[in-house]
Amino acid sequence: MTDIRNYTMNFGPVHPAAHGVLRLILEMDGEVIERADPHIGLLHRATEKLAESKPYNQSIGYMDRLDYVSMMCNEHAYVLAIEKLLGITPPKRAQYIRVLFSEVTRILNHLLWLGAHGLDIGAMTMFLYCFRDREPLMDAYEAVSGARMHATYFRPGGVYRDLPEEMPQYQSSKWRSKESADELNKGREGSLLDFLWHFSETFPEHVDDYETLLTENRIWKQRTVGIGVVSPERAFQLGFTGPMLRGSGVAWDLRKTQPYEVYDELDFDIPIGKNGDCYDRYLVRVEEMRQSNKIIRQCIEWLKKNPGPVMVKDFKVAPPSREQMKEEMEALIHHFKLFTEGYCVPEGEVYAAVEHPKGEFGIYLVSDGANKPYRVKIRAPGFAHLAAMDEIIRGHMLADVVAVIGTMDIVFGEIDR
Amino acid sequence: MLDWLDEFIWILMKIGFILTPLILAVAYTTYAERKLIGYMQLRVGPNRVGPRGWLQPFADVIKLAMKEIVLPSGASKALFMLGPILFIGPSFAAWAVIPFDAGLVLADINVGIIFLLAMTSISVYGIIIAGWASNSKYAFLGALRSASQVISYELAMGFALVSVLMCANSMNLGVIVSEQSGSILDWYFIPLFPMLVVFWISGVAETNRAPFDLPEGESEIVAGFHVEYAGMAFALFFLAEYANMILVSVLTALLFFGGWLSPFQGIPFLDDITQWIPGTFWLLFKASFFLFGLLWLRATFPRYRYDQIMRLGWKVFIPVTLVWIVVLALFLKLQWWPFNG
Repeated sequence: MTDIRNYTMNFGPVHPAAHGVLRLILEMDGEVIERADPHIGLLHRATEKLAESKPYNQSIGYMDRLDYVSMMCNEHAYVLAIEKLLGITPPKRAQYIRVLFSEVTRILNHLLWLGAHGLDIGAMTMFLYCFRDREPLMDAYEAVSGARMHATYFRPGGVYRDLPEEMPQYQSSKWRSKESADELNKGREGSLLDFLWHFSETFPEHVDDYETLLTENRIWKQRTVGIGVVSPERAFQLGFTGPMLRGSGVAWDLRKTQPYEVYDELDFDIPIGKNGDCYDRYLVRVEEMRQSNKIIRQCIEWLKKNPGPVMVKDFKVAPPSREQMKEEMEALIHHFKLFTEGYCVPEGEVYAAVEHPKGEFGIYLVSDGANKPYRVKIRAPGFAHLAAMDEIIRGHMLADVVAVIGTMDIVFGEIDR
Repeated sequence: MLDWLDEFIWILMKIGFILTPLILAVAYTTYAERKLIGYMQLRVGPNRVGPRGWLQPFADVIKLAMKEIVLPSGASKALFMLGPILFIGPSFAAWAVIPFDAGLVLADINVGIIFLLAMTSISVYGIIIAGWASNSKYAFLGALRSASQVISYELAMGFALVSVLMCANSMNLGVIVSEQSGSILDWYFIPLFPMLVVFWISGVAETNRAPFDLPEGESEIVAGFHVEYAGMAFALFFLAEYANMILVSVLTALLFFGGWLSPFQGIPFLDDITQWIPGTFWLLFKASFFLFGLLWLRATFPRYRYDQIMRLGWKVFIPVTLVWIVVLALFLKLQWWPFNG
């Protein structure tokens, strides 16, 4: 008898569906996958080690770069961990702003996921539609922090600054007529909150548009229903979190089960799937976008009514205002100390986790009492999901690998760290 | 004495008259595709080269022509070069039997449809050879997918063509069109509507276009069978793919929508005032409509999976066409057929 050898194929690291730098070694029998071996580490940037050599605040920027499509949620976990050790609670308004931007980030992440997932399965138009809606959210990031992606907006003790009263406007130019500039400026007349309110009014209709393209599409259903099925028990054992777990029918969401910030004051639902396949996870994520929109609206209403401080008044962790620095010696000293050596965090260990768009994103922080963390461990949800790749994909076809990578919502920034 | 030479030159000129507009049409189909899909996707498409981007296709051609054709290590050189030629040759040759107006055809042969089927089948060899000679796994998978897909859909397409033959009693494309004359109600798309659907979808699958573009499957096997090709060698594949798209659109117009016949035929007043419009215009008008459909499909649908595409071909289309052919034969034989044919 002749020896039948399986075909080994390198899927990535340079591959249009590898979502960055995934290197997947596939052993295939024709088009059927016999074994999938994901190789990681091509985007390793030693974030955890770098954080050990920097004052606490200087690592917030690194957190943005972990999962680079849900920037502020990464910051959130890190900032919560520091606050837990310091024993401080940010003002209520800061908590609402954090929740507002966490949900903005969730929509940002899910839109990119939906676009990329669509593109992977061949629905190219989804990608560009989703980027249309990402644009105003990026603008919101920019308005609040000055950066469209790596915001470094959340700080221990609150947020960097209060929400701006006005939005930047498009100018007409040689290439942009007055009419198109006015069209783009719709919703930008008022403050950032008005701008986000305007977005939240139109966004549900846009989600409806996406659903008309995909949800009942026969090809989309053929490509996703029954693909990558994970039973609830297995999902627990594999350490799944977020939509990957909820898609299997487990109602586990840290925003509900272990509410942090002001999530317990807000009204929203946790969508769960039934079959644990790619289609259910798609439905869960789409519904999560709608729920996030609902949360955003509640936050905007609250924030409009309740002005106040957005940072703790403890100058050991938060910088004093510029005016104070000009007048008071003590404020100047605080400023100098804070920006040179930072602040010391009491000795201890802490774990803080947030419901990241991709799952449970946790920071385990060990402090030896110095101004730098002794050790930071990042619990990235994508890592556990990718680890299950072999189990999920076995027996599926090559085209399903793409669907499964898409449904896992993999971003290498957080997996390789 | 030089009769044969005269004839030879005359044929060459005719080929030139067909190929030059065809290549131009291909160039502007790529432009139209990028522009149309651009607008469907809320962007503007190419608009930098020339006024409104009109010169974009030429810029692309120049860019591709200047590029080096990289020969992958381990590739079989002769076959590697033969692949694109074998792919583009038949897709151009197929145009020989296409009538552009009454009598305006290069080769008015009686087996036009058989010739077309033969040509589309030969181009599969181009794909297989290209995929195999590249010595790349992605290309190999793409070639296998393409071969099986084209062969299965050729069957469904062939059966759809058979139904047209049964109605027209001829395999000559010119005769098929003239059999449809009378009025818009005599066009075959009305009696043969299920066949039109099968033919059109098979045509999309034959040309490897979305949602059946898995031989190229951007996100799975990168670019499929032509992943290793660059420069002009790639351009030949590209050219042939678009020439095939136009061919399928023209064929649909010829076989089911009365080819060059005016849609106002038989309507007293309208027919008179549109008499001056040449038949070629109507043919191209109808073909552009289907070409637009191809582009529209690409912007709308996700991609099928390999086994699903096979299931659709073998378990849906082929049984449907087989049954319909029997039904059609009964109708024709028993003279129950209310349409001409």
